[in-house]
Amino acid sequence: MDDLALDAFARRDEVQRLAAAIAVLAPPDRQLKLMHVCGSHEHALSVWGLRALLPPSVELIAGPGCPVCVCPEHEIREALALAEQGTLLATYGDMLRVPTRAGSLADAAARGAAVRLVYSPLDAVKLARQHPDRQVVFFAVGFETTAAPTAALVEAGLPPNLSVLTAHRLTPPAMVLLLRSGEIEVDGLIAPGHVSAIIGADAWACLSTEFGLPTVVAGFEPADVLLAVYRLLEQVVRGEGVLGNVYGRVVKPAGNTRATALLAEVFEVGTVWWRGLGELPDTGLVLREHFGPVDARRRFGLRLAPEADELPAGCRCHEVMLGRIQPEQCGLFHRVCHPLAPHGPCMVSQEGTCFIRHQFGGA
Amino acid sequence: MEKLVTLAHGSGGRLTAELVREVFVECFDDEAGRRLDDAAVLAGGGGRVALTTDAFVVKPRFFPGGDIGKLSVCGTVNDLAVCGAQPVALTAAFVIEEGVAVEELRTIAGSMARCARAAGVRLVAGDTKVVERGSGDGVYLCTAGYGLVADALQLGPETLAAGDVVLVSGDVGRHEAAVLLARGEIGFAADIESDCGLLHETAQAVLAVGGAGVRCMRDATRGGLATVLAEFAETRGATITLRAADIPVQPAVRAVCDLLGLDPLYLACEGRLVAVVAPDVAADVLAALVAREASAAVIGQVSGGDGGRVLLETGVGGRRVLDRLAGGQLPRIC
Repeated sequence: MDDLALDAFARRDEVQRLAAAIAVLAPPDRQLKLMHVCGSHEHALSVWGLRALLPPSVELIAGPGCPVCVCPEHEIREALALAEQGTLLATYGDMLRVPTRAGSLADAAARGAAVRLVYSPLDAVKLARQHPDRQVVFFAVGFETTAAPTAALVEAGLPPNLSVLTAHRLTPPAMVLLLRSGEIEVDGLIAPGHVSAIIGADAWACLSTEFGLPTVVAGFEPADVLLAVYRLLEQVVRGEGVLGNVYGRVVKPAGNTRATALLAEVFEVGTVWWRGLGELPDTGLVLREHFGPVDARRRFGLRLAPEADELPAGCRCHEVMLGRIQPEQCGLFHRVCHPLAPHGPCMVSQEGTCFIRHQFGGA
Repeated sequence: MEKLVTLAHGSGGRLTAELVREVFVECFDDEAGRRLDDAAVLAGGGGRVALTTDAFVVKPRFFPGGDIGKLSVCGTVNDLAVCGAQPVALTAAFVIEEGVAVEELRTIAGSMARCARAAGVRLVAGDTKVVERGSGDGVYLCTAGYGLVADALQLGPETLAAGDVVLVSGDVGRHEAAVLLARGEIGFAADIESDCGLLHETAQAVLAVGGAGVRCMRDATRGGLATVLAEFAETRGATITLRAADIPVQPAVRAVCDLLGLDPLYLACEGRLVAVVAPDVAADVLAALVAREASAAVIGQVSGGDGGRVLLETGVGGRRVLDRLAGGQLPRIC
């Protein structure tokens, strides 16, 4: 990587060349729907205005790729309950503003609860050491990318006053379930580069094997994303459905084996809720029995049940997450739901499709 | 032993008088200030007056490229300058937390005085208050400034017309990036100096060569370049199109932004102005700007029509909307 300039994958000439090649390759007689499942991909698409470089017949939609958006209401309410009963609650920034019927963590902080924003699990350890007389809880959310650091934290051993409230989710098994049930219908998938750096490109082979779905692992620079689109179109044109990887400089076939070993040591796979999508079997990570003492749910005797209607009236976040509609098709979008007054979770997170679309526009 | 500000320094008694005399009157060195009257009495211009006020709570108070004192004078002078005013005089009120070193106040006041001299403005009146420890964070500063505006001058985004050219007086985003790094909370360092500086000469130069072709100017402080232009577009109901590739950003600032997920177009500057001018004077205005700061550039144009929004042609040729920032801005950058 040493010789690569910072902007090697954001060069205008290269990107324009790719865009031209995509325009030539795209079948003129067919409307194609390609999905990505990563907030960072949506960010790259929007911030670089890449959709404007694609032919109208190629639609790029966002799938369930925002960890904040899929975190169910009852797990946020568990965090709220802990914060309100006097523990010091540490979590990633975007979680603070996700609305629940009992308000958000930011609301609790305004009422005096101790809620702290952290950038890494190590910040939570620091907090625990700074407040040895208080119980500190790290509310750990996210996909495999953030689950690995949580696993490393738990495996290394926590200060006695620190515990973890986990809400980690797995991406490939969720995609398999949603494709199998027919809830997601697409012509190709751009697989998430960050997640794949942990679990490996091969973890996505199940999609081509079971569904014949063209799948390409991609990075986050403009050329990465467009190259993935090009490779997917190649497969579509040839009538193939195989696994590709255009992010080989970071993602290996088997991923980060040290991280996956840690994940397996600390977590077991369990059935969990996804906000707006309901219960999905074997798509979550649950702390193994052995780590019970650092499990905040156990330490504080807390377990809330999932709630049936997690989205406010009129909110279509679940359809946005499944790529069934674009945010603009939701009656709340822009009109009453915006980043300062989010109705659904997709408008809260900086990785949420609605937030990104609101901020950068669809043009 | 180091002399510290105590609550008694804010009591209005002998210690207050001593602090005012030894720090502020001495540093500001102005005949009106020396009189210690309740108000400074200045000669009137008889014409139009521009009046502005500002508060400064920057954290940390000292950062690469400036400090809260320099920032307060630049900020106030620049607000007057971009309205086309010739800045004349400033006042400054200090809210000081018990325990701040008197020497630090002297450094801040000294830096204000130097900056005011460079701007050709007088620091004519001031006030000091002291709050108990824990009720403030070191030093907060409030300023007011007044300047004189030529009678014929009409500046404002409502005058924007299709074809007008957008210029920026130098590379953007350095102030906020420098302050962010100076807090030392991020775990990496970069060699970035705030652009904190005076714009009165720059603004006058734009007006001198652009004449009636200058539509409006604004300094790109909180919210950065993007927010200023979003305000222009909204006010006029016009579409402004920018080219990302033409917007000057230092490589170090860009790298910090990439690492932290920030957009340099939203980062505050404290010594950069955005000007919209008629196309026939654009080349002369650009030349005047480049003569003062080599990185100044033409970055876009008013494309007219309705919409009231800013479109950005991205560095790779894509297009997107450049809206006002929705989420949290870094607090206490100025």
